[in-house]
Amino acid sequence: MFLILTFFTVAVIWLLLEAEFLAIVLVLVYVGAVMVLFLFVVMMLDIDVDQLREGFAEYLPIGATVAVIILLQLAIIFTSGPFDIEQMPAPAAAAADYGNTHQLGLLLYTYYVYPFELAAVLLLLAMVAAISLGLRGRSSSKRQKPDEQVRVRKQDRLRVVKMNAEKQD
Amino acid sequence: MIALSDYLILGAILFALSVAGIFLNRKNVIILLMSIELMLLAVNLNFIAFSHYMNDLAGQVFVFFILTVAAAESAIGLAIIIVLFRRRHTINIQDLDSLKG
Repeated sequence: MFLILTFFTVAVIWLLLEAEFLAIVLVLVYVGAVMVLFLFVVMMLDIDVDQLREGFAEYLPIGATVAVIILLQLAIIFTSGPFDIEQMPAPAAAAADYGNTHQLGLLLYTYYVYPFELAAVLLLLAMVAAISLGLRGRSSSKRQKPDEQVRVRKQDRLRVVKMNAEKQD
Repeated sequence: MIALSDYLILGAILFALSVAGIFLNRKNVIILLMSIELMLLAVNLNFIAFSHYMNDLAGQVFVFFILTVAAAESAIGLAIIIVLFRRRHTINIQDLDSLKG
């Protein structure tokens, strides 16, 4: 799983960029949760790898072409000047008592309170959706089924038996 | 000293790799989701690089929200994949054509 390695290295690069909080969040949330989720799904579904390989060579030219074109265009733009070290010098290193998490928290709980709560609701929504999608109804549970209870008719349940009255001696 | 353009080129490389991944992979939905995650990571790298070089924390707040949305998206996507696999016993993209779009 080289994706996990990529996430780790990008987290370290974010540490270089003085975004310590987001680097930790990336490792914890992505490597810790999302990648484990991916691994679980990969294990649950056990797909044969050989089948995945077919069609690889067929689409290699167009895929590589598109990727190289995108990369070249972006590289030409990025190296053309406005993002050089002269145009945009690196900011001075932060003071020793500067805390990235502290600053981010100050910003997040003042200016961005409503987006923050919206994100919380979104996470709740994702959790509910994922659980309700993945839940398999257990057949042994003894819960009620109200629709079937309401829909029941008399002839389904009740059987009138005709029989002769007994004689009394 | 590392310039901003270096970070941007690294982000561009990650993005181009994930685009190539989406093009090359015509079989597996999981690898498609992984490519999308890699794309979002490249975008986040650009955001944080700009935020650092411009001394503006708003970029990092935005990355925070992108991470939230990406986590929610991948969780729901994987749940959908599991339901799909239960129903159809395949997650081959070529087999998922019952809508006939």
